[in-house]
Amino acid sequence: MAEVTIPIGPQHPALKEPERFLVTVEGETVVGADIRIGHMHRGIEKLAEHRTYIQNLYLTERICGICSFTHTTNFSQVTEEALGLEVPKRGLYLRTLVNELERIHSHLLWLGVAGHEMGFDTLFMYSWDDREIVQDILENMTGNRVNYAYNAIGGVRRDISDSQAQEVLRGMDAIEERMKYYVNVALNEKTILKRTQGIGVLKTEDAKRLCAVGPLLRASNVKDDVRRDDPYAAYGEIPFDVITADTCDVHGQVVVRALEVVESLKMCRHIIKNLPTGDIRVKAPRKVPPGETISHTEAPRGEDIHYLKSNGTDKPERLKVRAPTLANILSVAHMLKGIYIADIPMVVAGIDPCMACMDRVLIVDKDKETSQMVEMDVLRKFGNEWYEKEAHR
Amino acid sequence: MLENLVKWSRIKSPWVIHFNSGGCNGCDIEILAALMPRLDAERFGVLLQGSPRHSDVLVCTGAVTEQMKDRLIRIYEQTPEPKFVIACGTCAITGAMFESYNTHGGIDKVIPVNAYVPGCPPKPEAILDGVVKLLTSLKEG
Repeated sequence: MAEVTIPIGPQHPALKEPERFLVTVEGETVVGADIRIGHMHRGIEKLAEHRTYIQNLYLTERICGICSFTHTTNFSQVTEEALGLEVPKRGLYLRTLVNELERIHSHLLWLGVAGHEMGFDTLFMYSWDDREIVQDILENMTGNRVNYAYNAIGGVRRDISDSQAQEVLRGMDAIEERMKYYVNVALNEKTILKRTQGIGVLKTEDAKRLCAVGPLLRASNVKDDVRRDDPYAAYGEIPFDVITADTCDVHGQVVVRALEVVESLKMCRHIIKNLPTGDIRVKAPRKVPPGETISHTEAPRGEDIHYLKSNGTDKPERLKVRAPTLANILSVAHMLKGIYIADIPMVVAGIDPCMACMDRVLIVDKDKETSQMVEMDVLRKFGNEWYEKEAHR
Repeated sequence: MLENLVKWSRIKSPWVIHFNSGGCNGCDIEILAALMPRLDAERFGVLLQGSPRHSDVLVCTGAVTEQMKDRLIRIYEQTPEPKFVIACGTCAITGAMFESYNTHGGIDKVIPVNAYVPGCPPKPEAILDGVVKLLTSLKEG
């Protein structure tokens, strides 16, 4: 059968971000995939060189709106290391708390998007509604729903009051109740099993070879988590399990993310109950002595790396960010091979792609596309109808 | 008579398409949150559409990167008349902090804009308010 190339994107309503795929198919089977990235390149690393460290805190926050806190944590950590600052314990605990709340909201968000991609819109509505509980907690604690501006170089900006701590605990109870339903859905619901099992297989050795990170790597049965392997903030003192799955497919990723939320709930409770007293931040000098520092954190999507080169002024000489989606995008190209066209949205959504994080210093292909573009939404509809029409599996 | 009917149906069922022209995702998840059960934008007839050819309102976010500029214009041209554009978020309005070699500094530098919703990111309530204000202005004239 002759090979046909189908371009998908970049306008991409299902995932809310532009990206472009060139998928080569033989009949219904995908034989090759080429991914074009760079549509979101905003030149953030160059902008960072023209701003002071305090201004950069707000810039790095806006690398990505979903994992904003991980990026500021990372940037604070590289700067603190360059300055040789010791952050007070209470500050570290609060930083960890917001990191985990962010993981809960990001994973619930992903669960909804995954449900949407497989035509299970009820799950989409449910999980986004429950996500609002976390958003309310975050808004109450930090003052904003998405870009919190909670981190500061040398600690965090706001302390937590007793009533706020009680609200966090109440919210955790409410979400735990709902998580029982989601874990049950992830493990047993027929719609999810049919659309995810055996799809987008990434074997353990492939995952290691392609340098996958985060839930994708853990779904390929590799026990790897920055929070455990190289504890930052207060992670060294908080007990938690690293969740893995041995199915090595999209279903494994659903299960890993659902169970990670349950783990995060426990961690949040532990943090609130064992919150140390004392200061939340130390004053940081504006000028950073010359040096090179590197820091990594576990973002909801995987390992996120920041590198800083300082030169003694109040502005960085170089800031380099490696976001988790960039590490995972190679695995997507691998996972797409051999699947049906109808499964493409599931596999792409599976890694929880965050293009805003990724597209920073990449060489951009600016060729204008002349062929007909397929929109992801249209492809999602096609996939759902394709499975409805006849039992393909 | 027919004119009134068309106007009524236009106000009662604004189908929106969401376009990210290079934002940070913050506005995008808030737009989705506005469509979720808590605020339930569907009670105003707002429905998220995948194709620009089926939609009336273009909700744009982001500071318009060089690569997305041509696509934004193309999506705008594909949307059938009458069409309305909402610039959602501070960087869709002015470019905000992303004023670099690769961005154009706002949606209205590239296509005409009917309504602006400020905030970084605007709360879902604010986005919904922007949509309702646009609809009210249509009703009045």
